[in-house]
Parts: sequence; C-alpha cells; structure tokens
Amino acid sequence: MADTLWIGTRKGLFSLRTDRAGRRWKLGGPQFLGHVVHHVVQDPREPRVILLAARTGHLGPTVMRSVDRGRSWREAAAPPAFRKAGDGEDARAVQRVFWLSAGHRSESGTWYAGSSPAGLFRSNDGGERWEPVAGFNDHPMRPKWAAQGTPDGEFLHSILIDPRDPRHLYIAISIGGVFESTDAGTSWTPLNEGCAADFLPDPAVPFGHDPHCVVQHPLEPDRLYQQNHCGIYRLDRPGRRWQRIGEAMPRKVGDVGFPIVLHPTNPDRVWVLPMDGRTVWPRTSIEGRPAVYVTADAGKSWQRLDRGLPRTQAWFTVLRQAMCTDGHPRPGVYFGTTAGEVWASTNGGESWRCIVRHLPEIYSVTHAA
Amino acid sequence: MPCTVRIASPLRSYTAGAGAVTARGRTLAEVLASLEERCPGIRFRMIDEQDRIRPHLRLFVNSSEARELTAEVADGDTVHVVCALSGG
Repeated sequence: MADTLWIGTRKGLFSLRTDRAGRRWKLGGPQFLGHVVHHVVQDPREPRVILLAARTGHLGPTVMRSVDRGRSWREAAAPPAFRKAGDGEDARAVQRVFWLSAGHRSESGTWYAGSSPAGLFRSNDGGERWEPVAGFNDHPMRPKWAAQGTPDGEFLHSILIDPRDPRHLYIAISIGGVFESTDAGTSWTPLNEGCAADFLPDPAVPFGHDPHCVVQHPLEPDRLYQQNHCGIYRLDRPGRRWQRIGEAMPRKVGDVGFPIVLHPTNPDRVWVLPMDGRTVWPRTSIEGRPAVYVTADAGKSWQRLDRGLPRTQAWFTVLRQAMCTDGHPRPGVYFGTTAGEVWASTNGGESWRCIVRHLPEIYSVTHAA
Repeated sequence: MPCTVRIASPLRSYTAGAGAVTARGRTLAEVLASLEERCPGIRFRMIDEQDRIRPHLRLFVNSSEARELTAEVADGDTVHVVCALSGG
C-alpha cells in the first residue's frame, strides 16, 4: 500500500502519494478548492475512513467524511455544534472545527472534535452526527479555563485518548491549558503544573497556559510531550509536573514552536521545529534559517537537523498540525509551511528535500497508510 | 406559500448547481426549514446553532435585508442568499 500525505490548506485539500521508498511523490487535488481545511485524519481502526474539518470564508464549519480513502466525500449530517443557549446564557457558535481525533480502538466509529471557540464534541457513528461533550462544554469553570480574550477565538486541540482506557482523555486549549478527564469527559481537571505562562502577570496559575501541541506516545501512554507557547515540556504520568526539556535547546534558538512529533516506536525520540518567539513573536524560522531539532534522550539533549533546508532568507512558519511522521519503524518526517511547501526526510530528519511547492498556506500535514 | 430562494454560488453544491430553488413558508425560518428538507445540510452553513445568520452572509426578502429569521415571507416573494464581499 502506498503512503499518502494529506495536505490541508487555507484554500483546499491536496494529497501527495508515493511508493514505500518515498523517492517520487505525486501531487493530487485540489479537492474542496476554496475551503479552509484545518485537519485531515485517517481512522486507524478502519483505514478506508478519513475525516476532514473544513469551512469557507463565508459558510459555517463542517466535517466531511470519506469511506473510500479520500476519493469521494460526504458531509456530516449533524456537524459539531454547541447546544442551543438558554435565556441569559452565553450563546456560543462553532466558528471552526479545528481538530479531529479518532476514538479508542475498542470503540468503533467513535471520534472527537475540537473547535474554536473551545468546544469538545463526540461522534459515535463514524463522524456522521456530532454531539457536544457536556462535561466540558457546560463545565462551570469552562468560561475561565478557555480564555475568552483570544482575538481569533481560543482553539481546542490535541484530543488524546489513552490507548489503555477509553475513559481517560486529555485535551489542550490555546489559550487555556491542558486538561484531563478519567471518566470519558464527564469531569475535567487542569494539568499545567510546571508550565510557564510568561504572558500572564502571575506565571504560577493553574490554567490559562498556551499549549500549542500535546502528544502521547502510543506504546508508552504515560509519556506526554508538549510544545507550548512558553517552551517544550515532558510529563511522565502519574506525575503532574511538566518538566521543561526545552531548557536544553541552544539558547539563541529557544524552545518556541507549534508542532511536536513522536517517533512511532521510540518514546525518547521527538522532533520539533523552533520558531522565533522573541520581541513581537514573529513565529518564523529563526534568522531565516529553518531547522528541525530532534532529541533521542527524552529531551536531555537536542540535535540540529538542517541538511537540505534553505541556508538563508527562508522565513516560513510551520503550524501545529503541519508536521508528522509516516509511522514506519525508521520513519519519514514531513512538514508543510505557510509558504505552501512540503519538506520530506526519509532518514529521520538527517536530510531534507522539498517535495512540493506553490501550494496555498498549509495548515495540516497528516499521514495515511 | 411558495417562494423562490436565490442561492449564492458557494452554496450550490447543496442544490445540485441550481441558482434558484422553490421553498415554502410564511417566515424566513420556515422557508429555511423547507429549503433544508430539499437540500440537507444547507441551513447550518448559513445559520449557526443559535439561529443567527452567519457573519459573512446576508439574507434579503425581495429587496429588504432580513436580520432575523422571524422576517415575514409572502407568496411569490424572492429570498436572496448573498455572500458578503469579503475574503482573500
């Protein structure tokens, strides 16, 4: 079976297909031309199923579903939506479906979606009909957890389902923090101890942080990593205090970025792509020289990987859903840029080459087997 | 009461490409419910879950802009679904 990279962009959906070797890539698409595609996710339990989160500049948000590996798509009958507000209640409406996660392998057809403004939704029928998760969306603390002041609306993302227990969930909110549920989303508690929140007057708050991306290793689910607005972190459960492993990054590079990507079998190996977080937060490649960094020892040390990447004057941004591996034992690593380029490495990041350019602004790069 | 609903191009994937469809109703809410029956999924792309018209859409009954779904629609009226000129 060939590998596919699904490329979600600000102007539609594209695909890149290759043989196993990854030497040649064939660009397909666009599909949904003109749609904003935030996330594209294959169902690991049923690989022919792919879900896509989309909207357009004018129309409301929705979810599209394919049951034939992306050849044809059908819209969800009931896309994610908040419940109708009662008198005097905050009348929230989903502006964008931002994140999709397939549910636990024991729960066929279960999916979760995260939205902006921050909302959590669940489907039990493969993404056809979505219901709000009341335990989070109506939680009395939710208005405080999900900071209402984020100009573009706060995003709920990084919905993680413990592979050992379908009732054990993590979510992240930018801005809001990381939250955990052990009862299938009925109740939630903040999980942000040790994370910095340099942008707040009191940096030791229990929530209000800005996690950009949180990942959980599938083979060692007690190992979490987080790329935050304020650093790179690791958390080994049942511990509750995040350790800032970004402190080991070179000081002039720093540890700001958006994506963080796991090695499929080695819980100690993680890739990040630092962005410039100084002064007015340009969030571009540092000094115009993009580089991926990898740790092989769970964050004790980091190695710069920039062979093949531009040496100068490359000022792109890589967003949180726009970096992935292909899941192979010696994985290919891929990222897409806001300048519409996709870069690939077939050797774990040792060297890179651009496999497509001139696409629209890339929001999401995900792998499908 | 039948009326004509003129459909903006971004929504014509729901009307099999038709630029105008017939619907029924005495208010805009009823007309949109009738439209949804014929073209499933179209209403939520136009109207949010709190029954508000989405920010980049405008609805007109004949030449009058309707800000609420309670707006009245008469037999033979034309409802215009217009996408605001924005984006890039």
